[in-house]
Amino acid sequence: MTMAPEEPKVEVPEGHVKLTVDGEEVIAPKGELLIRTAERLGTVVPRFCDHPLLDPAGACRQCLVEVEMGGRPMPKPQASCTMTVADGMVVKTQRTSPVADKAQQGVMELLLINHPLDCPICDKGGECPLQNQAMAHGRPESRFRDKKRTFPKPLPISTQVLLDRERCVLCQRCTRFSAQIAGDPFIELLERGAHQQIGTAETADVLDMASRTSSGKPFQSYFSGNTIQICPVGALTSAQYRFRSRPFDLVSSPSVCEHCSSGCAERTDFRRGKVMRKLAGEDPEVNEEWVCDKGRFAFRYATASDRIRTPLVRNAETGELEEASWTQALRAAAEGLAKARDGKGAAVLSGGRSTVEDAYSYAKFARVALRTNDIDFRARAHSAEELDFLGSRVVGTGPENGVTFHALEHAPLVLCVAFEPEEEAPAVFLRLRKGARNRGTQVVHIGQWTTPAVDRTFGELLACVPGAEASAVEGIAQHAPDLDESLRAEGAVVLVGERAAEVPGLFTALHRLAERTGARLAWIPRRAGERGAVEVGALPTLLPGGRAVTDAAARTEVEQVWGLAEGALPAEPGRDTTGILTALVAGELDGLVVGGVDPNDLPDPALAREALAAAGFVVSLEMRPSGVTDHADVVLPIAPVDEKAGSFLNWEGRHREFPVSLEGTGALPDCRVLDTLGVEMDADLFTQTPAAAAGDFARLAVKGTFTASDAVKVPFTAAPDVPHQQAATPGAGQAVLATWRQLIDDGSLLIDEPHLAGTARAVVARMSAATAEGLGGHVTVSTDRGSISLPIVVADLPDGVVWLPGNSPGSKVRATLGAGHGSVVSIAAGGAR
Amino acid sequence: MGIFDPVKGFGVTFGMMFKKVITEEYPEIGAPAAPRYHGRHQLNRHPDGLEKCVGCELCAWACPADAIFVEGGDNTEDERFSPGERYGMDYQINYLRCIGCGLCVEACPTRSLTMINFYELADDDRQKLIYTKEDLLAPLLPGMEQPPHPMRLGDDEQDYYVNGPELARGRGVPSGETVETSEEKAVQ
Ligand code: SF4
Ligand code: SF4
Ligand code: SF4
Ligand code: SF4
Ligand code: FES
Repeated sequence: MTMAPEEPKVEVPEGHVKLTVDGEEVIAPKGELLIRTAERLGTVVPRFCDHPLLDPAGACRQCLVEVEMGGRPMPKPQASCTMTVADGMVVKTQRTSPVADKAQQGVMELLLINHPLDCPICDKGGECPLQNQAMAHGRPESRFRDKKRTFPKPLPISTQVLLDRERCVLCQRCTRFSAQIAGDPFIELLERGAHQQIGTAETADVLDMASRTSSGKPFQSYFSGNTIQICPVGALTSAQYRFRSRPFDLVSSPSVCEHCSSGCAERTDFRRGKVMRKLAGEDPEVNEEWVCDKGRFAFRYATASDRIRTPLVRNAETGELEEASWTQALRAAAEGLAKARDGKGAAVLSGGRSTVEDAYSYAKFARVALRTNDIDFRARAHSAEELDFLGSRVVGTGPENGVTFHALEHAPLVLCVAFEPEEEAPAVFLRLRKGARNRGTQVVHIGQWTTPAVDRTFGELLACVPGAEASAVEGIAQHAPDLDESLRAEGAVVLVGERAAEVPGLFTALHRLAERTGARLAWIPRRAGERGAVEVGALPTLLPGGRAVTDAAARTEVEQVWGLAEGALPAEPGRDTTGILTALVAGELDGLVVGGVDPNDLPDPALAREALAAAGFVVSLEMRPSGVTDHADVVLPIAPVDEKAGSFLNWEGRHREFPVSLEGTGALPDCRVLDTLGVEMDADLFTQTPAAAAGDFARLAVKGTFTASDAVKVPFTAAPDVPHQQAATPGAGQAVLATWRQLIDDGSLLIDEPHLAGTARAVVARMSAATAEGLGGHVTVSTDRGSISLPIVVADLPDGVVWLPGNSPGSKVRATLGAGHGSVVSIAAGGAR
Repeated sequence: MGIFDPVKGFGVTFGMMFKKVITEEYPEIGAPAAPRYHGRHQLNRHPDGLEKCVGCELCAWACPADAIFVEGGDNTEDERFSPGERYGMDYQINYLRCIGCGLCVEACPTRSLTMINFYELADDDRQKLIYTKEDLLAPLLPGMEQPPHPMRLGDDEQDYYVNGPELARGRGVPSGETVETSEEKAVQ
């Protein structure tokens, strides 16, 4: 007789429990949901409402399993998505338990009773969890013989999201997303019993129902697209993608969002060479599973009817732009630029949307082909102080040594200065909210009014007059000792946005604050390419890798890598954007290369137009006609992100690489165009492809995700040192202007998206009740350039301050007023528009 | 070798002269196929002329030869092509690929897609063998109206689907026949 071999005793680690799932012993961390434990063992329990990033709800009851606790079976099957593991628990899923299987089939049958036979006309058909799970866990025959409950459909919840209540399985993923993740008054559960349904205040009004959304606030969301993606049925569909294709038609390619500096992972689905939709990609480090509506829906700019597809050359006789071959156009551009270079010089404005590879090519083209440091990517308000800040505190930071999304979520305190997270980097906003909601991160905003983002990050506002942000930061130690104390806590973070460049002394103040308190400081620009452009040296004072142009050793290093003669690189810092434009007007520069810059974004659009007109020779690299095209001598068409490979550096300094989605369209990336242009000018850039450009840059990159070299010291640049100034004091009939851009506005990548445009925030002027007194309901804000009239909404701004959206329909602050954040403007009662 | 031998050789020939001719005079007279022959496809209509196709792409999905391309579209109040929300905006069948298996017809949930007897699917130009929606749509029978137009036979698509046969009767399709079969006759 043999003894049964003793089972090896499995140690249960601290904080874990042992249970049995389908007869298999398993160790699970305390608090794990049964549905996840089963999943780890390879058993997928059917589910609708369960979502790993949402709080458990137990709404759909599809995930029933049989549970036995302490040897006593529970009387009824339990929802595995709400029940956590416990020691000694015995769980039987549908795999081993006929009871669980029958219960699941029963739930499925009930779900399908009122479900319409819509699969052929439903956008979810083919990728629908309900279809799939009905096949796997449903009964093949229906026993229901009565009339199905119907609802009128589809109901638009917004211009972008359509609701079909018949298809809804009431899982509440959408409502939980709105309440928990985005915090928007978007969509709610209404009514009871068989009439229970999803809706908004408007849909309730349409049907004249008793229920209304509890919030009573007007419905608006920048994140509504996510509800479409997580709805497990076709109850929420997108107006943009409606009926466009079926999953089996689509080819999917991973991509990275080109709209802001968050660098969200996306999935681009295309059919027959045309992008049909973009979905949120999964990246737990960056965007988790969410993207904002801009990232999801704004992609049709690339197929706009006015897209430039062939090179254009200005005919010297007629003065008209005419289509030309690449050879002709490149030769004309090279000749003109060489002449300008050998004359008074030529400069480069490369724009803030380029990929790292393209920005690098611009930086190298300026130095090697044009032999100048006159290059600036900053197509927005900028300052010399900002240059020092970028060179000393931003270059070379990456996820391993800088602030990350993860750090934001786990920080005890985040101070946002001159940064409106929801409008400028929505993914950052979602993380701030997540940290604040789940871990009690304290979020403090130094801004002008309690924006929705302040509310929804459970934040605190330190309001100041525009332009006084620097004084406010300097005054923290004195006036807010508790905040000062919190900033000294381990992991505290300070975030600063692009608007800081309009406030003299702010970067200096922040630098000092960080030095003093030890808080970590991160710069979050608005455009996707800006962080990368800093790294590759598309700035007048910086060479690739953050090397200062004034540093002889750094120059020699770059010269060696680029194979240039000793001393070939100019040693003088170049001109910045405004400097370049002024020099063009003054006749001190001849030529200009412009890559995707809209004159209306520049600090002074009038100066920009004057400069473009005065320039002897302008080469424009563009996708669509812009304000530059009218003045361009040669227009070279370039590829949108979908049609090229490359990478962005997001604000964390994280390398976000993406492959080509649409292959073989023939559109060329900027780096290729510049490389060929360089060859025409006898300068070799070695940036024929994005991969080549990346390889070339890697030899110069200093930190971050690129190769590190211990020999070079970062930073090369001295820290910013500019005294802060008093904010402007408005006189009678005047106010100080606060302004920033809204996420969905008249941006050039947002054209051809009517459904998306409908979800933009209202275009209104905001001011305090005292400032609004005597103005009636409308205000006209004016400067000597022009005026903007908007309805007034009273908000908690400091007195004597008026806030305008930066670039929205009817409120184009730069273009119309020529003013910016902190300017003094006149205000008067405005007639109703 | 007998004296009649040379003539005998023609016996078969003369004999055939008095038999029934089985030669098909094609293409001068034409040869009708068997009634249930699977020829080219047809996109059928509701009795008021609205299209039955909802652009669901199930036919394209079922097709083993990848011969069908469909893109759905959104019916609007001003431009309605089919009852309900969705219609087939673009519809193409590539007859260079189609093997005539009929799986698409089986897949179609609205009985929009059927096959008719027409089999002359040969050409010297590849382009011409890609049939578009205009080529495939059933002809307008009396009482039908060229879409886009509003729903004439009910308030919503339910009426069209639930009362289909009665609606057809009402529009003069004889009992025992369907809109589709009577259309096939019209083509022939
Ligand atoms: S609309 Fe979709 S996500 Fe929302 S409750 Fe219904 S099924 Fe769930
Ligand atoms: S948060 Fe930024 S990167 Fe992410 S999807 Fe939106 S615009 Fe794109
Ligand atoms: S008959 Fe067969 S091969 Fe031809 S289109 Fe239909 S499914 Fe495809
Ligand atoms: S023909 Fe039938 S199967 Fe094909 S798209 Fe139209 S309705 Fe769908
Ligand atoms: S997934 Fe568990 S109740 Fe819905």
